[in-house]
Amino acid sequence: MFWEKEIETIDRDQLHKMQLERLQATVESTSRSSYYRKLFKGKGIFPEDIKTLDDLTKLPLTTKDDLREEWPYGFLAVSKDEIVRMHSSSGTTGRATVIFHTQKDIDNWTNQLARCMYMAGMRKSDVFQNMMTYALFTGGLGFHYGAERLGALVIPAGPGNSKRQIQLMQDFDTTCIHIIPSYALHLTTVFEEVGVDPKQDTRLRIAFIGAEPHSEKMRKRIEDFYGVKAFNSYGLSEMSGPGVAFECPEQNGLHIWEDAYIVEIIDPITLQPVPDGEEGELVMTTLNRDGMPILRYRTKDLTRIIPGVCPCGRTHRRIERIKGRTDDMMILKGVNIFPIQIEKKLMGIQGVGNNFQIILERKGFNDDMIVKVEVQREYFTGDLKQLEALRKTIVNELKSDLLITPRVDLVEPESLPQTEGKAKRVIDNRED
Amino acid sequence: MIAQQISIFAENKPGRLAAVTHILAKEKINIRATTISTSDTFGVINLLVDDPKKAQKVLTAAGMMVQMRDVLAVELDDKPGGLDRLTQLLHKENINVNNAYGFVVESYERAIFVVDVDQIEKAEKLIENNNFKTLDTEGLTSAEPFHYTKY
Repeated sequence: MFWEKEIETIDRDQLHKMQLERLQATVESTSRSSYYRKLFKGKGIFPEDIKTLDDLTKLPLTTKDDLREEWPYGFLAVSKDEIVRMHSSSGTTGRATVIFHTQKDIDNWTNQLARCMYMAGMRKSDVFQNMMTYALFTGGLGFHYGAERLGALVIPAGPGNSKRQIQLMQDFDTTCIHIIPSYALHLTTVFEEVGVDPKQDTRLRIAFIGAEPHSEKMRKRIEDFYGVKAFNSYGLSEMSGPGVAFECPEQNGLHIWEDAYIVEIIDPITLQPVPDGEEGELVMTTLNRDGMPILRYRTKDLTRIIPGVCPCGRTHRRIERIKGRTDDMMILKGVNIFPIQIEKKLMGIQGVGNNFQIILERKGFNDDMIVKVEVQREYFTGDLKQLEALRKTIVNELKSDLLITPRVDLVEPESLPQTEGKAKRVIDNRED
Repeated sequence: MIAQQISIFAENKPGRLAAVTHILAKEKINIRATTISTSDTFGVINLLVDDPKKAQKVLTAAGMMVQMRDVLAVELDDKPGGLDRLTQLLHKENINVNNAYGFVVESYERAIFVVDVDQIEKAEKLIENNNFKTLDTEGLTSAEPFHYTKY
Protein backbone atom coordinates (compact mmCIF):
# COMPACT_ATOMS: atom_id res chain seq x y z
CA MET A 1 0.00 0.00 0.00
CA PHE A 2 2.86 2.35 0.80
CA TRP A 3 5.89 3.29 -1.24
CA GLU A 4 7.66 4.59 1.89
CA LYS A 5 5.60 3.61 4.90
CA GLU A 6 7.73 5.34 7.56
CA ILE A 7 7.52 8.67 5.80
CA GLU A 8 3.95 8.45 4.55
CA THR A 9 2.57 7.48 7.97
CA ILE A 10 5.06 9.47 10.04
CA ASP A 11 3.93 10.66 13.45
CA ARG A 12 3.03 14.37 13.29
CA ASP A 13 5.46 15.35 16.07
CA GLN A 14 8.25 13.53 14.33
CA LEU A 15 7.25 15.18 11.07
CA HIS A 16 7.44 18.62 12.68
CA LYS A 17 10.90 17.81 14.00
CA MET A 18 11.99 16.74 10.53
CA GLN A 19 10.42 19.85 9.01
CA LEU A 20 12.24 22.16 11.43
CA GLU A 21 15.62 20.57 10.69
CA ARG A 22 14.99 20.77 6.97
CA LEU A 23 13.66 24.32 7.20
CA GLN A 24 16.75 25.47 9.06
CA ALA A 25 18.99 23.86 6.45
CA THR A 26 16.88 25.39 3.66
CA VAL A 27 17.05 28.91 5.10
CA GLU A 28 20.79 28.48 5.49
CA SER A 29 21.14 27.48 1.85
CA THR A 30 18.77 30.14 0.51
CA SER A 31 21.05 32.74 2.06
CA ARG A 32 23.59 31.69 -0.54
CA SER A 33 21.37 32.88 -3.40
CA SER A 34 21.86 36.46 -4.47
CA TYR A 35 18.14 37.25 -4.11
CA TYR A 36 17.63 36.00 -0.55
CA ARG A 37 21.07 37.20 0.61
CA LYS A 38 20.16 40.76 -0.34
CA LEU A 39 16.67 40.43 1.10
CA PHE A 40 17.83 38.94 4.42
CA LYS A 41 20.43 41.68 4.77
CA GLY A 42 17.88 44.41 4.09
CA LYS A 43 15.36 42.99 6.53
CA GLY A 44 17.85 41.89 9.16
CA ILE A 45 16.94 38.21 8.94
CA PHE A 46 19.48 35.64 10.10
CA PRO A 47 19.11 31.90 9.49
CA GLU A 48 19.72 31.24 13.18
CA ASP A 49 16.50 33.20 13.94
CA ILE A 50 14.53 30.13 12.89
CA LYS A 51 14.25 28.22 16.16
CA THR A 52 10.75 26.74 15.82
CA LEU A 53 8.35 26.15 12.96
CA ASP A 54 6.36 29.16 14.16
CA ASP A 55 9.31 31.33 13.20
CA LEU A 56 8.43 30.61 9.59
CA THR A 57 6.28 33.74 9.45
CA LYS A 58 9.42 35.81 10.10
CA LEU A 59 10.50 34.82 6.61
CA PRO A 60 9.39 36.81 3.58
CA LEU A 61 6.79 35.59 1.11
CA THR A 62 8.07 34.92 -2.39
CA THR A 63 5.99 35.69 -5.48
CA LYS A 64 6.12 34.76 -9.12
CA ASP A 65 7.09 38.35 -9.86
CA ASP A 66 10.15 37.93 -7.64
CA LEU A 67 11.15 34.88 -9.69
CA ARG A 68 10.67 36.86 -12.89
CA GLU A 69 12.68 39.83 -11.71
CA GLU A 70 15.58 37.62 -10.65
CA TRP A 71 15.47 35.72 -13.94
CA PRO A 72 17.37 33.59 -14.58
CA TYR A 73 19.92 32.88 -11.81
CA GLY A 74 18.96 35.11 -8.86
CA PHE A 75 17.51 32.24 -6.82
CA LEU A 76 20.30 29.77 -7.52
CA ALA A 77 21.76 28.53 -4.20
CA VAL A 78 24.49 26.29 -5.62
CA SER A 79 27.15 26.69 -8.28
CA LYS A 80 25.78 26.39 -11.80
CA ASP A 81 28.04 23.37 -12.29
CA GLU A 82 25.86 21.42 -9.87
CA ILE A 83 22.74 22.00 -11.98
CA VAL A 84 21.70 19.12 -14.23
CA ARG A 85 18.35 20.27 -15.54
CA MET A 86 16.08 23.25 -15.94
CA HIS A 87 12.33 23.43 -16.39
CA SER A 88 10.15 26.36 -17.23
CA SER A 89 6.59 27.09 -16.20
CA SER A 90 3.96 26.78 -18.89
CA GLY A 91 3.49 30.53 -18.77
CA THR A 92 -0.27 30.13 -18.33
CA THR A 93 -0.24 33.63 -16.98
CA GLY A 94 2.48 36.11 -17.88
CA ARG A 95 6.14 35.44 -18.67
CA ALA A 96 7.65 32.07 -17.93
CA THR A 97 9.81 31.36 -14.91
CA VAL A 98 12.76 29.00 -14.77
CA ILE A 99 13.54 26.39 -12.12
CA PHE A 100 16.94 24.66 -11.80
CA HIS A 101 17.57 21.21 -10.36
CA THR A 102 20.62 19.39 -9.06
CA GLN A 103 20.85 15.62 -9.49
CA LYS A 104 19.67 15.19 -5.93
CA ASP A 105 16.67 17.46 -6.56
CA ILE A 106 15.66 15.37 -9.55
CA ASP A 107 16.06 12.20 -7.46
CA ASN A 108 13.86 13.55 -4.68
CA TRP A 109 11.19 14.73 -7.09
CA THR A 110 11.26 11.43 -8.95
CA ASN A 111 10.82 9.51 -5.72
CA GLN A 112 7.93 11.74 -4.75
CA LEU A 113 6.15 10.95 -8.03
CA ALA A 114 6.75 7.23 -7.63
CA ARG A 115 5.20 7.57 -4.17
CA CYS A 116 2.13 9.29 -5.67
CA MET A 117 1.59 6.72 -8.40
CA TYR A 118 2.16 3.81 -6.03
CA MET A 119 -0.35 5.33 -3.64
CA ALA A 120 -2.97 5.45 -6.42
CA GLY A 121 -2.37 1.79 -7.14
CA MET A 122 0.17 1.64 -9.98
CA ARG A 123 2.65 -1.24 -9.73
CA LYS A 124 5.69 -2.64 -11.50
CA SER A 125 3.49 -4.80 -13.70
CA ASP A 126 1.60 -1.81 -15.10
CA VAL A 127 1.99 -0.25 -18.54
CA PHE A 128 2.01 3.51 -18.22
CA GLN A 129 1.19 5.74 -21.19
CA ASN A 130 2.32 9.29 -20.53
CA MET A 131 0.21 11.59 -22.70
CA MET A 132 1.69 14.83 -21.44
CA THR A 133 4.00 17.30 -23.11
CA TYR A 134 7.63 16.48 -22.45
CA ALA A 135 10.13 19.34 -22.97
CA LEU A 136 10.12 22.42 -20.73
CA PHE A 137 6.79 21.57 -19.11
CA THR A 138 7.32 19.48 -15.98
CA GLY A 139 4.28 17.22 -16.46
CA GLY A 140 5.80 14.89 -19.02
CA LEU A 141 9.31 14.31 -17.71
CA GLY A 142 8.29 14.33 -14.05
CA PHE A 143 5.83 11.46 -14.41
CA HIS A 144 8.12 9.67 -16.84
CA TYR A 145 10.94 9.49 -14.31
CA GLY A 146 8.59 8.62 -11.47
CA ALA A 147 6.98 5.76 -13.37
CA GLU A 148 10.37 4.35 -14.33
CA ARG A 149 11.51 4.56 -10.71
CA LEU A 150 8.38 2.63 -9.74
CA GLY A 151 9.29 0.05 -12.34
CA ALA A 152 6.34 0.31 -14.72
CA LEU A 153 6.72 -0.03 -18.47
CA VAL A 154 6.62 3.56 -19.70
CA ILE A 155 5.25 4.56 -23.10
CA PRO A 156 6.47 8.13 -23.67
CA ALA A 157 3.58 8.95 -26.00
CA GLY A 158 3.51 12.69 -25.44
CA PRO A 159 0.33 14.62 -26.21
CA GLY A 160 -1.89 14.69 -29.29
CA ASN A 161 -2.10 12.34 -32.27
CA SER A 162 -5.27 10.90 -30.79
CA LYS A 163 -5.67 7.89 -33.08
CA ARG A 164 -2.12 6.77 -32.38
CA GLN A 165 -2.76 7.11 -28.63
CA ILE A 166 -5.65 4.68 -28.92
CA GLN A 167 -3.58 2.36 -31.07
CA LEU A 168 -0.77 2.37 -28.49
CA MET A 169 -3.22 1.58 -25.70
CA GLN A 170 -4.46 -1.43 -27.61
CA ASP A 171 -1.12 -2.65 -28.94
CA PHE A 172 0.71 -2.56 -25.62
CA ASP A 173 -2.15 -3.17 -23.17
CA THR A 174 -1.81 0.18 -21.45
CA THR A 175 -3.23 0.06 -17.92
CA CYS A 176 -2.43 3.56 -16.62
CA ILE A 177 -2.53 6.90 -18.37
CA HIS A 178 -1.46 10.40 -17.46
CA ILE A 179 -3.59 12.95 -19.27
CA ILE A 180 -4.94 16.50 -19.06
CA PRO A 181 -8.64 16.24 -18.15
CA SER A 182 -9.91 18.43 -21.00
CA TYR A 183 -7.93 16.31 -23.46
CA ALA A 184 -9.34 13.14 -21.88
CA LEU A 185 -12.82 14.41 -22.66
CA HIS A 186 -11.87 15.38 -26.19
CA LEU A 187 -10.38 11.93 -26.74
CA THR A 188 -13.75 10.31 -25.97
CA THR A 189 -15.05 11.51 -29.33
CA VAL A 190 -12.05 10.01 -31.10
CA PHE A 191 -12.69 6.68 -29.36
CA GLU A 192 -16.26 6.82 -30.66
CA GLU A 193 -15.08 7.77 -34.13
CA VAL A 194 -12.74 4.78 -34.43
CA GLY A 195 -15.28 2.50 -32.78
CA VAL A 196 -13.17 1.54 -29.76
CA ASP A 197 -14.78 1.26 -26.34
CA PRO A 198 -12.07 1.76 -23.71
CA LYS A 199 -14.07 -0.29 -21.21
CA GLN A 200 -14.25 -3.32 -23.49
CA ASP A 201 -11.31 -2.98 -25.81
CA THR A 202 -8.52 -1.71 -23.56
CA ARG A 203 -7.08 -2.71 -20.21
CA LEU A 204 -7.09 0.80 -18.77
CA ARG A 205 -7.65 0.92 -15.02
CA ILE A 206 -6.03 4.10 -13.71
CA ALA A 207 -5.88 7.66 -15.02
CA PHE A 208 -3.79 10.41 -13.49
CA ILE A 209 -5.40 13.70 -14.35
CA GLY A 210 -3.85 17.05 -13.65
CA ALA A 211 -2.26 20.26 -14.90
CA GLU A 212 -5.58 22.09 -14.93
CA PRO A 213 -8.30 22.50 -12.33
CA HIS A 214 -11.27 20.24 -12.90
CA SER A 215 -14.46 19.43 -11.08
CA GLU A 216 -15.64 16.23 -9.44
CA LYS A 217 -18.20 15.84 -12.22
CA MET A 218 -15.52 16.00 -14.87
CA ARG A 219 -13.63 13.26 -13.03
CA LYS A 220 -16.82 11.19 -12.98
CA ARG A 221 -17.28 11.62 -16.73
CA ILE A 222 -13.73 10.45 -17.33
CA GLU A 223 -14.09 7.49 -14.98
CA ASP A 224 -17.37 6.43 -16.55
CA PHE A 225 -16.20 6.64 -20.13
CA TYR A 226 -12.80 5.01 -19.69
CA GLY A 227 -13.77 2.55 -16.96
CA VAL A 228 -10.91 3.75 -14.76
CA LYS A 229 -10.26 5.28 -11.38
CA ALA A 230 -9.08 8.83 -12.02
CA PHE A 231 -6.72 10.45 -9.53
CA ASN A 232 -6.25 14.16 -9.21
CA SER A 233 -2.64 15.29 -9.43
CA TYR A 234 -1.49 18.71 -8.30
CA GLY A 235 1.78 20.44 -8.85
CA LEU A 236 3.47 23.54 -10.13
CA SER A 237 6.86 23.98 -11.67
CA GLU A 238 8.03 26.37 -8.93
CA MET A 239 7.60 23.50 -6.45
CA SER A 240 9.31 21.15 -8.96
CA GLY A 241 6.20 20.07 -10.85
CA PRO A 242 3.59 17.32 -10.53
CA GLY A 243 3.63 15.18 -7.41
CA VAL A 244 3.33 18.04 -4.93
CA ALA A 245 -0.05 16.72 -3.81
CA PHE A 246 -1.92 13.65 -4.97
CA GLU A 247 -5.07 11.69 -4.28
CA CYS A 248 -4.97 8.40 -2.40
CA PRO A 249 -7.50 5.60 -3.06
CA GLU A 250 -10.01 7.44 -0.84
CA GLN A 251 -10.25 10.09 -3.60
CA ASN A 252 -11.19 12.66 -1.02
CA GLY A 253 -8.59 15.40 -1.09
CA LEU A 254 -4.94 15.39 -2.11
CA HIS A 255 -2.18 14.47 0.33
CA ILE A 256 0.36 17.22 0.20
CA TRP A 257 3.81 15.87 0.98
CA GLU A 258 4.88 17.63 4.13
CA ASP A 259 8.30 16.02 4.26
CA ALA A 260 9.07 17.98 1.09
CA TYR A 261 7.16 21.19 1.74
CA ILE A 262 5.89 23.34 4.56
CA VAL A 263 2.30 24.16 3.75
CA GLU A 264 0.46 27.30 4.72
CA ILE A 265 -2.92 28.65 3.69
CA ILE A 266 -3.13 32.43 3.83
CA ASP A 267 -5.73 35.07 3.23
CA PRO A 268 -4.63 36.53 -0.14
CA ILE A 269 -5.57 40.05 0.94
CA THR A 270 -4.28 40.30 4.52
CA LEU A 271 -1.53 37.68 3.90
CA GLN A 272 -2.26 36.25 7.37
CA PRO A 273 -2.48 32.47 7.84
CA VAL A 274 -5.98 31.02 8.09
CA PRO A 275 -6.85 27.98 10.26
CA ASP A 276 -7.24 24.48 8.79
CA GLY A 277 -10.54 24.10 6.98
CA GLU A 278 -10.70 27.69 5.80
CA GLU A 279 -10.16 28.58 2.19
CA GLY A 280 -7.23 30.70 1.11
CA GLU A 281 -4.11 30.83 -1.03
CA LEU A 282 -1.69 27.93 -0.82
CA VAL A 283 1.81 28.98 0.24
CA MET A 284 4.70 26.52 0.18
CA THR A 285 8.33 26.31 1.27
CA THR A 286 10.62 23.70 -0.28
CA LEU A 287 12.36 21.44 2.25
CA ASN A 288 14.50 19.16 0.15
CA ARG A 289 15.63 21.18 -2.81
CA ASP A 290 19.27 22.26 -3.08
CA GLY A 291 19.50 23.96 -6.46
CA MET A 292 16.77 26.51 -6.09
CA PRO A 293 15.14 26.50 -2.66
CA ILE A 294 12.15 28.82 -2.36
CA LEU A 295 10.68 30.21 0.85
CA ARG A 296 6.96 30.73 1.36
CA TYR A 297 6.02 30.71 -2.30
CA ARG A 298 2.61 32.16 -3.11
CA THR A 299 1.12 29.62 -5.51
CA LYS A 300 -1.94 31.78 -6.30
CA ASP A 301 -3.95 28.55 -6.09
CA LEU A 302 -7.01 28.66 -3.88
CA THR A 303 -7.81 25.68 -1.70
CA ARG A 304 -8.22 24.66 1.93
CA ILE A 305 -6.80 22.04 4.25
CA ILE A 306 -9.30 19.26 4.84
CA PRO A 307 -9.44 18.84 8.62
CA GLY A 308 -9.22 15.40 10.14
CA VAL A 309 -7.24 12.26 9.41
CA CYS A 310 -7.51 10.23 6.24
CA PRO A 311 -8.68 6.62 6.57
CA CYS A 312 -5.80 5.55 4.29
CA GLY A 313 -3.36 5.96 7.19
CA ARG A 314 -1.19 8.68 5.69
CA THR A 315 -0.53 11.48 8.12
CA HIS A 316 0.30 14.16 5.57
CA ARG A 317 -2.56 16.61 5.47
CA ARG A 318 -4.95 16.84 2.53
CA ILE A 319 -5.83 19.84 0.43
CA GLU A 320 -9.13 20.11 -1.36
CA ARG A 321 -9.14 20.10 -5.17
CA ILE A 322 -7.97 23.49 -6.43
CA LYS A 323 -10.84 25.91 -6.74
CA GLY A 324 -8.97 28.16 -9.13
CA ARG A 325 -6.07 30.53 -9.33
CA THR A 326 -6.36 34.02 -7.98
CA ASP A 327 -5.34 35.00 -11.55
CA ASP A 328 -8.24 33.08 -13.12
CA MET A 329 -10.83 34.87 -11.10
CA MET A 330 -13.22 36.89 -13.23
CA ILE A 331 -14.97 39.85 -11.72
CA LEU A 332 -18.26 40.46 -13.42
CA LYS A 333 -20.72 43.06 -12.19
CA GLY A 334 -18.93 42.92 -8.87
CA VAL A 335 -19.27 39.15 -8.57
CA ASN A 336 -16.20 36.91 -8.29
CA ILE A 337 -16.40 33.93 -10.61
CA PHE A 338 -14.00 31.05 -11.27
CA PRO A 339 -14.13 29.02 -14.49
CA ILE A 340 -14.26 25.84 -12.43
CA GLN A 341 -17.62 26.89 -10.98
CA ILE A 342 -19.03 27.00 -14.48
CA GLU A 343 -17.47 23.69 -15.43
CA LYS A 344 -18.87 22.04 -12.33
CA LYS A 345 -22.39 23.12 -13.21
CA LEU A 346 -22.13 22.30 -16.91
CA MET A 347 -20.72 18.81 -16.44
CA GLY A 348 -23.74 17.88 -14.35
CA ILE A 349 -26.27 18.76 -17.04
CA GLN A 350 -27.42 16.03 -19.39
CA GLY A 351 -26.94 17.02 -23.01
CA VAL A 352 -23.84 19.14 -22.41
CA GLY A 353 -20.90 18.02 -24.53
CA ASN A 354 -17.20 17.98 -23.73
CA ASN A 355 -16.09 21.53 -24.25
CA PHE A 356 -17.14 25.02 -23.35
CA GLN A 357 -15.81 28.54 -23.54
CA ILE A 358 -16.45 31.70 -21.59
CA ILE A 359 -16.36 35.04 -23.37
CA LEU A 360 -16.46 38.31 -21.49
CA GLU A 361 -17.62 41.44 -23.27
CA ARG A 362 -18.23 45.00 -22.29
CA LYS A 363 -21.03 47.10 -23.74
CA GLY A 364 -20.92 50.62 -22.36
CA PHE A 365 -20.69 50.13 -18.63
CA ASN A 366 -22.19 46.68 -18.75
CA ASP A 367 -20.20 43.45 -18.63
CA ASP A 368 -21.68 40.44 -20.32
CA MET A 369 -20.75 36.83 -19.98
CA ILE A 370 -21.35 34.55 -22.94
CA VAL A 371 -20.95 30.85 -22.33
CA LYS A 372 -20.57 28.74 -25.46
CA VAL A 373 -21.49 25.15 -24.77
CA GLU A 374 -21.04 22.17 -27.08
CA VAL A 375 -24.08 19.92 -27.33
CA GLN A 376 -23.61 16.20 -26.82
CA ARG A 377 -24.03 14.44 -30.17
CA GLU A 378 -26.26 11.64 -28.85
CA TYR A 379 -28.54 14.12 -27.15
CA PHE A 380 -29.84 15.79 -30.31
CA THR A 381 -33.17 14.47 -31.56
CA GLY A 382 -33.74 17.06 -34.24
CA ASP A 383 -36.10 18.98 -32.04
CA LEU A 384 -35.58 22.70 -31.56
CA LYS A 385 -37.75 22.74 -28.44
CA GLN A 386 -35.45 20.26 -26.78
CA LEU A 387 -32.44 22.47 -27.49
CA GLU A 388 -34.22 25.52 -26.18
CA ALA A 389 -35.05 23.62 -23.01
CA LEU A 390 -31.40 22.62 -22.67
CA ARG A 391 -30.28 26.19 -23.05
CA LYS A 392 -32.76 27.35 -20.46
CA THR A 393 -31.60 24.69 -18.03
CA ILE A 394 -28.00 25.81 -18.48
CA VAL A 395 -28.87 29.48 -17.97
CA ASN A 396 -30.84 28.68 -14.81
CA GLU A 397 -28.18 26.38 -13.38
CA LEU A 398 -25.44 28.95 -13.95
CA LYS A 399 -27.58 31.77 -12.65
CA SER A 400 -28.29 29.90 -9.41
CA ASP A 401 -24.57 29.56 -8.73
CA LEU A 402 -23.05 32.71 -10.22
CA LEU A 403 -25.83 35.13 -9.31
CA ILE A 404 -25.54 36.75 -12.72
CA THR A 405 -27.38 35.71 -15.85
CA PRO A 406 -25.04 34.65 -18.62
CA ARG A 407 -25.99 34.39 -22.27
CA VAL A 408 -25.70 30.77 -23.29
CA ASP A 409 -25.00 29.80 -26.89
CA LEU A 410 -25.30 26.18 -27.90
CA VAL A 411 -22.72 25.15 -30.47
CA GLU A 412 -21.97 22.03 -32.48
CA PRO A 413 -19.85 19.27 -30.95
CA GLU A 414 -16.11 19.66 -31.57
CA SER A 415 -16.57 23.20 -32.85
CA LEU A 416 -14.78 24.99 -30.00
CA PRO A 417 -10.99 25.20 -30.20
CA GLN A 418 -9.39 22.12 -28.69
CA THR A 419 -5.94 22.37 -27.24
CA GLU A 420 -3.59 19.54 -26.44
CA GLY A 421 -2.21 21.50 -23.52
CA LYS A 422 -4.16 23.36 -20.93
CA ALA A 423 -7.62 24.34 -22.11
CA LYS A 424 -8.17 28.03 -22.72
CA ARG A 425 -11.54 28.54 -21.12
CA VAL A 426 -11.86 32.29 -20.84
CA ILE A 427 -11.61 34.95 -23.52
CA ASP A 428 -11.79 38.41 -22.03
CA ASN A 429 -12.67 40.98 -24.68
CA ARG A 430 -13.24 43.74 -22.18
CA GLU A 431 -10.93 46.68 -22.50
CA ASP A 432 -9.92 48.45 -19.37
CA MET B 1 -46.70 5.18 -43.92
CA ILE B 2 -43.98 7.05 -42.15
CA ALA B 3 -41.31 9.09 -43.89
CA GLN B 4 -37.95 10.26 -42.58
CA GLN B 5 -36.78 13.78 -42.47
CA ILE B 6 -33.24 14.69 -41.48
CA SER B 7 -32.67 17.40 -38.91
CA ILE B 8 -29.36 19.18 -38.60
CA PHE B 9 -28.25 21.31 -35.69
CA ALA B 10 -26.63 24.51 -36.90
CA GLU B 11 -25.39 27.67 -35.37
CA ASN B 12 -27.24 30.67 -36.69
CA LYS B 13 -24.47 32.23 -38.74
CA PRO B 14 -23.55 32.74 -42.39
CA GLY B 15 -22.36 29.67 -44.25
CA ARG B 16 -23.93 26.90 -42.16
CA LEU B 17 -26.74 26.18 -44.64
CA ALA B 18 -24.29 26.46 -47.53
CA ALA B 19 -22.08 23.85 -45.87
CA VAL B 20 -25.01 21.44 -45.71
CA THR B 21 -26.21 21.96 -49.27
CA HIS B 22 -22.66 21.75 -50.60
CA ILE B 23 -22.24 18.25 -49.21
CA LEU B 24 -25.65 17.13 -50.45
CA ALA B 25 -24.95 18.51 -53.92
CA LYS B 26 -21.61 16.72 -54.06
CA GLU B 27 -23.24 13.45 -53.03
CA LYS B 28 -26.06 13.95 -55.55
CA ILE B 29 -28.75 13.87 -52.90
CA ASN B 30 -31.94 15.60 -53.95
CA ILE B 31 -33.78 17.91 -51.58
CA ARG B 32 -37.57 17.80 -51.86
CA ALA B 33 -38.43 20.30 -49.19
CA THR B 34 -36.85 22.25 -46.38
CA THR B 35 -37.68 24.32 -43.33
CA ILE B 36 -35.43 26.03 -40.88
CA SER B 37 -36.41 26.86 -37.34
CA THR B 38 -34.13 29.17 -35.42
CA SER B 39 -33.81 30.23 -31.86
CA ASP B 40 -31.59 33.28 -31.63
CA THR B 41 -28.07 31.86 -31.96
CA PHE B 42 -28.82 28.36 -33.18
CA GLY B 43 -31.40 26.47 -35.14
CA VAL B 44 -32.43 23.24 -36.76
CA ILE B 45 -32.42 22.68 -40.50
CA ASN B 46 -35.06 20.13 -41.57
CA LEU B 47 -34.69 18.50 -44.94
CA LEU B 48 -36.79 16.05 -46.83
CA VAL B 49 -34.38 14.27 -49.17
CA ASP B 50 -34.52 11.32 -51.51
CA ASP B 51 -31.97 9.31 -49.56
CA PRO B 52 -32.13 10.26 -45.86
CA LYS B 53 -29.83 7.43 -44.68
CA LYS B 54 -27.06 8.47 -47.01
CA ALA B 55 -27.60 12.13 -46.18
CA GLN B 56 -27.27 11.39 -42.48
CA LYS B 57 -24.11 9.41 -43.11
CA VAL B 58 -22.31 12.00 -45.22
CA LEU B 59 -23.31 14.95 -43.04
CA THR B 60 -22.27 13.14 -39.87
CA ALA B 61 -18.95 12.28 -41.48
CA ALA B 62 -18.47 16.00 -42.05
CA GLY B 63 -18.80 16.51 -38.30
CA MET B 64 -22.38 17.73 -38.24
CA MET B 65 -24.93 16.76 -35.65
CA VAL B 66 -27.69 15.02 -37.58
CA GLN B 67 -30.79 13.09 -36.57
CA MET B 68 -33.41 11.26 -38.59
CA ARG B 69 -36.91 12.12 -37.52
CA ASP B 70 -40.13 10.38 -38.32
CA VAL B 71 -42.68 12.57 -40.05
CA LEU B 72 -45.94 12.07 -41.93
CA ALA B 73 -45.97 13.06 -45.59
CA VAL B 74 -49.62 13.43 -46.49
CA GLU B 75 -50.89 13.74 -50.03
CA LEU B 76 -53.47 16.49 -50.42
CA ASP B 77 -55.60 17.87 -53.18
CA ASP B 78 -54.03 21.11 -54.37
CA LYS B 79 -57.23 23.11 -54.15
CA PRO B 80 -58.97 25.40 -51.62
CA GLY B 81 -59.79 23.50 -48.44
CA GLY B 82 -57.32 20.69 -49.15
CA LEU B 83 -55.10 21.43 -46.15
CA ASP B 84 -58.01 22.47 -43.98
CA ARG B 85 -59.52 19.00 -44.13
CA LEU B 86 -56.30 17.57 -42.66
CA THR B 87 -55.70 20.18 -39.96
CA GLN B 88 -59.31 20.00 -38.75
CA LEU B 89 -58.90 16.27 -38.39
CA LEU B 90 -55.74 16.64 -36.32
CA HIS B 91 -57.30 19.35 -34.21
CA LYS B 92 -60.36 17.21 -33.48
CA GLU B 93 -58.14 14.42 -32.17
CA ASN B 94 -56.03 16.86 -30.16
CA ILE B 95 -52.81 16.12 -32.05
CA ASN B 96 -50.24 18.86 -31.86
CA VAL B 97 -48.15 19.85 -34.87
CA ASN B 98 -44.55 20.70 -33.99
CA ASN B 99 -43.45 21.57 -37.45
CA ALA B 100 -45.02 21.46 -40.89
CA TYR B 101 -44.19 22.34 -44.47
CA GLY B 102 -45.50 21.50 -47.87
CA PHE B 103 -44.72 21.42 -51.53
CA VAL B 104 -46.75 21.10 -54.69
CA VAL B 105 -46.24 18.02 -56.81
CA GLU B 106 -48.67 18.87 -59.56
CA SER B 107 -50.14 22.33 -59.81
CA TYR B 108 -53.84 22.47 -58.83
CA GLU B 109 -53.81 18.69 -58.55
CA ARG B 110 -51.57 17.23 -55.88
CA ALA B 111 -49.52 18.58 -53.00
CA ILE B 112 -47.55 16.93 -50.20
CA PHE B 113 -47.86 18.26 -46.70
CA VAL B 114 -45.24 17.15 -44.19
CA VAL B 115 -46.13 17.19 -40.50
CA ASP B 116 -44.01 16.52 -37.46
CA VAL B 117 -46.54 15.63 -34.76
CA ASP B 118 -46.37 14.62 -31.12
CA GLN B 119 -48.27 11.31 -31.42
CA ILE B 120 -47.09 9.99 -34.74
CA GLU B 121 -48.64 6.50 -34.66
CA LYS B 122 -52.03 7.72 -33.61
CA ALA B 123 -51.89 10.47 -36.24
CA GLU B 124 -50.87 8.02 -38.94
CA LYS B 125 -53.82 5.73 -38.27
CA LEU B 126 -56.21 8.61 -38.05
CA ILE B 127 -55.07 10.13 -41.30
CA GLU B 128 -55.10 6.87 -43.22
CA ASN B 129 -58.51 5.90 -41.85
CA ASN B 130 -59.84 9.16 -43.23
CA ASN B 131 -58.80 8.39 -46.75
CA PHE B 132 -55.61 10.40 -46.90
CA LYS B 133 -52.64 8.83 -48.58
CA THR B 134 -49.35 8.95 -46.67
CA LEU B 135 -46.04 8.39 -48.41
CA ASP B 136 -42.83 6.83 -47.19
CA THR B 137 -39.41 7.89 -48.42
CA GLU B 138 -39.64 5.72 -51.51
CA GLY B 139 -43.09 7.00 -52.30
CA LEU B 140 -41.83 10.53 -51.98
CA THR B 141 -38.97 9.88 -54.33
CA SER B 142 -41.24 8.49 -57.01
CA ALA B 143 -43.80 11.28 -56.59
CA GLU B 144 -42.38 13.17 -59.54
CA PRO B 145 -43.88 16.48 -60.51
CA PHE B 146 -46.09 15.46 -63.40
CA HIS B 147 -46.02 18.83 -65.08
CA TYR B 148 -42.49 18.07 -66.29
CA THR B 149 -43.74 15.08 -68.26
CA LYS B 150 -46.76 16.89 -69.59
CA TYR B 151 -44.70 19.04 -71.87
